[in-house]
Amino acid sequence: MIEVVNLCKSFGDNHVLKNITTTIKKGEKVVIIGPSGSGKSTFLRCLNCMEDPTSGSIIFGGENIADPKVNINVHRQKMGMVFQHFNLFNNKTVLENIMMAPVYVATKKLKKQKRDNLLIKLHLKKGTPVSVNGSVHEIKAQARDKAIELLKRIGLEDKADSYPSSLSGGQKQRVAIIRSLAMDPDVILFDEPTSALDPEMVGEVLELMKDLADQGMTMVVVTHEMGFAKEVGTRILFMDEGRILEEGKPEEFFVNPQTERSKDFLSKVLI
Amino acid sequence: MNGFMFKVEKFFDILLNKGGYKEVIEGLQNTMIIAVVGLLIGIVIGTLIATVRVMPKYKAAVRVLDKFCSFYVGLFRGTPMVVQLLVFYYVMLPLLDIKMSSVLVAITVFGLNSGAYISEIMRGGILSVDPGQMEGGRSVGLSYGTTMLKIVIPQAVKNILPTMGNEFIALVKETSVVSFVGAKDLYLAFQSIGSGTYEFMVPYLAMAIIYIVIVCLITLLIRVMERRLAKSDRGR
Ligand SMILES: Nc1ncnc2c1ncn2[C@@H]1O[C@H](COP(=O)(O)OP(=O)(O)OP(=O)(O)O)[C@@H](O)[C@H]1O
Ligand SMILES: [Mg+2]
Repeated sequence: MIEVVNLCKSFGDNHVLKNITTTIKKGEKVVIIGPSGSGKSTFLRCLNCMEDPTSGSIIFGGENIADPKVNINVHRQKMGMVFQHFNLFNNKTVLENIMMAPVYVATKKLKKQKRDNLLIKLHLKKGTPVSVNGSVHEIKAQARDKAIELLKRIGLEDKADSYPSSLSGGQKQRVAIIRSLAMDPDVILFDEPTSALDPEMVGEVLELMKDLADQGMTMVVVTHEMGFAKEVGTRILFMDEGRILEEGKPEEFFVNPQTERSKDFLSKVLI
Repeated sequence: MNGFMFKVEKFFDILLNKGGYKEVIEGLQNTMIIAVVGLLIGIVIGTLIATVRVMPKYKAAVRVLDKFCSFYVGLFRGTPMVVQLLVFYYVMLPLLDIKMSSVLVAITVFGLNSGAYISEIMRGGILSVDPGQMEGGRSVGLSYGTTMLKIVIPQAVKNILPTMGNEFIALVKETSVVSFVGAKDLYLAFQSIGSGTYEFMVPYLAMAIIYIVIVCLITLLIRVMERRLAKSDRGR
């Protein structure tokens, strides 16, 4: 699914990621843990090139998306991302937040098809016209239906026309998660999705994430929720100082950590 | 006091019976057209420049554009509007052999000038929007431009609306110099009414009142817009 080869990332003289190589397979739930500043977020953000890798490659969908010539937007549509601070569009309603990207992508495709067909008709381009089905109106209606369906799934359909500012943190994060789901991604990246939440709201978000996991979604999760890591994770990556210091199945890693650093880390987080 | 009332009567006589109102209407029209169209052009130019200036500077092309934009902004903010009008009208147009009406010249210069000011306002506005908004847009696969246009700029505009209102008011006030290139604005209208009788007291007083009324109306308009845009903050 995602193949990371010799990934390095520096901010100026600060070498944050040092030669990371790993493969994330379809259906895996990879949980990344490690001390603060070890480069977890940076690693995650390199996976969809929110941070441009300094060197190395990220193979996704058969292409090296670390290559600046690749159209990253197309790949990001298949790689959802959920942020610590939700990053919902403040100027859009909940429904618009969810519909926005699907409508944009489908409309763009429709316009391109129409343009191509016109060029072919005018003999400015070779090929046979493709049958264009649907209109912008239909695209919107479809996206709306899907968005409502997703909202029903998290029990927030009555918030469809509200703005994000009127939602609780937990509600915002759940909307953010289904916003990324609306694109039917192959994988979703989570960067500390529950760290900015009040304790009583952590549960609802983790519940939804477990739900996704059960349905077979490929997930890469940076988190401090060790319970979630144990229960849902299929592989733990322990990062320290920009490297993957240790990796393994949760039942092995948590019971029998191999390095001093990971033992030390676990003794601090698992009280 | 009697003398003043007499002057007022005389002014209204010229205004209403001798066709003075036509000049005032024309002046008012030109003043507003120059300010409004200038503002619109300024918003377009300003938004474009601001977008270039906040863009990540990886590509050489962006860096060159950025240099050009900062030169442009420096040029128009560094010289008085009157000078820009005069140079455009008496230097640029003859050199390039272009004919243009005075009002069109004023609109162009006001647009170019306010573009420079608005770009700085807009840049501040864009930088005031949480960077997470751009990340959110990019993460679902929207392009930089689309996210900027649909997500970031609308929020930036909301933040800078009061400042933009001030810019518009400043533009309206500055239109009083367009007579330097012969555009018939409010000032020229009242000046012409006054010069018929060599009596300027009442005409200029009336002119001042009209400017004040315009500015008050704009202030009101902006309040209404602010209130409308605030709805996404309060939620429902
Ligand atoms: N945009 C940036 N510019 C400069 N330095 C950065 C940037 N982002 C991260 N860093 C640096 O990279 C290092 C790793 O940061 P990163 O956010 O990846 O750590 P983390 O493991 O996610 O930590 P935390 O658990 O606190 O979130 C830190 O030293 C940080 O200062
Ligand atoms: Mg982090």
